[in-house]
Amino acid sequence: MFPDKLQAVLDTFDLFPDPSDRTNMLLSYADQFREVPPEIATRPFDRSHQVPQCESDAYVWAMKMPDGTLTLHFAVENPSGVSAKALAAILQRSLSGLPAERIAAIDPSIVERIFRQNISMGKGMGLMSMVEAVRALARRAIG
Amino acid sequence: MTQRIEDRGYAHPEVLVSTEWVADHLNDTNVRLIESNEDTLLYASGHLPGAVHVDWTADLNDQIRRDYITRQGFEQLMSRIGATGGTTIVFYGDKNNWWACYAFWVFQLFGHTHARVMDGGRVKWEKESRPLTREVPAFARTQYQAGERSDTAQRAFRDEVLKHMEARRQLVDVRSPEEYAGTRMHMPDYPNEGALRGGHIPGAKSIPWARAINPEDGTFKTAAELRRIYCEEKQLSPPAPTVTYCRIGERSSHSWFALKYLLGFEDVKNYDGSWTEWGNLVGAPIER
Repeated sequence: MFPDKLQAVLDTFDLFPDPSDRTNMLLSYADQFREVPPEIATRPFDRSHQVPQCESDAYVWAMKMPDGTLTLHFAVENPSGVSAKALAAILQRSLSGLPAERIAAIDPSIVERIFRQNISMGKGMGLMSMVEAVRALARRAIG
Repeated sequence: MTQRIEDRGYAHPEVLVSTEWVADHLNDTNVRLIESNEDTLLYASGHLPGAVHVDWTADLNDQIRRDYITRQGFEQLMSRIGATGGTTIVFYGDKNNWWACYAFWVFQLFGHTHARVMDGGRVKWEKESRPLTREVPAFARTQYQAGERSDTAQRAFRDEVLKHMEARRQLVDVRSPEEYAGTRMHMPDYPNEGALRGGHIPGAKSIPWARAINPEDGTFKTAAELRRIYCEEKQLSPPAPTVTYCRIGERSSHSWFALKYLLGFEDVKNYDGSWTEWGNLVGAPIER
């Protein structure tokens, strides 16, 4: 069972089997991507926030809020990292505001459901690695 | 400052065109730009004006068998992008033109020799702040007549590679040093990259593909610089038969391109079965 906002994203993607529709949806998410604000992190970013095995050079931060929920932030340093930006925007919008426990339980297979034919080779690993990095931060926040 | 292509001492400089040349030919009806990337979203996010997208999995590979498209498939592709036998195709893409060279190589299997690669690829074009668009061009369909795909000159198959290896001929492994050494089969917590054994084909020399590139702008190194790497450091001989390989034959098509056209190696083939075939082949000799 996915969190409501993430489930809604997955449901929407499921409604569009056509590759070009899905490409446009992913692109729309990539366009909405906003990188980590300067009050959270500035360049050069701390390498401990870098997503391993991601060729798009992605970074992720999880800020714990007073109510115990997490707010996610991302940076994607590779200008060609369109897919990484799309996924970052989806994760940021659908997971921020959830308790760490729920974020830690996200299944990385969502990458396959979201990207389907837009996934290839090393990119799939890099994108799943982004989800894993988010989960790892969530686990750390749980302590 | 990158040297002009014609001043870099290449054996066949005509296969490379500069970003400037492409900018001057954006409206040339005899030129068709093809963008090929690893990231399938990249073209949609913005591409060179007039460029069409050719995807290596959807457009160049047979959708059932592990093989490339047939003559009919190639004719349909060329018809779709509005190309004729006389159209000059210019390939470019992400990752230092890795996929562009792969597409270029597949086009050579069909003998479309009016083919070029844009030196520096996307990264150079973007760094020069040249225009990108999301507008997908539509071209009137053409009647393109291709010959049957000919694999003999540019493509190596496993039995041939085995004989090549046994004869101690030149083999170039263009994967990362970790893949070559067999220390990296797959990344922690992630699925195996598709081979049951790690290592390299016995006798292969390790020359990671990106060594041919200037990392700051994605352009190819000069012939003298390439010669130092391939011929001096790694002792490869241009007249000797050579086979390049990687994981599925894409990175190695980049090295195939550099050896064949830039250094003038006389007989270079790309083994697209590569490690995903060799590393799974029962009884195939492996060196670590």
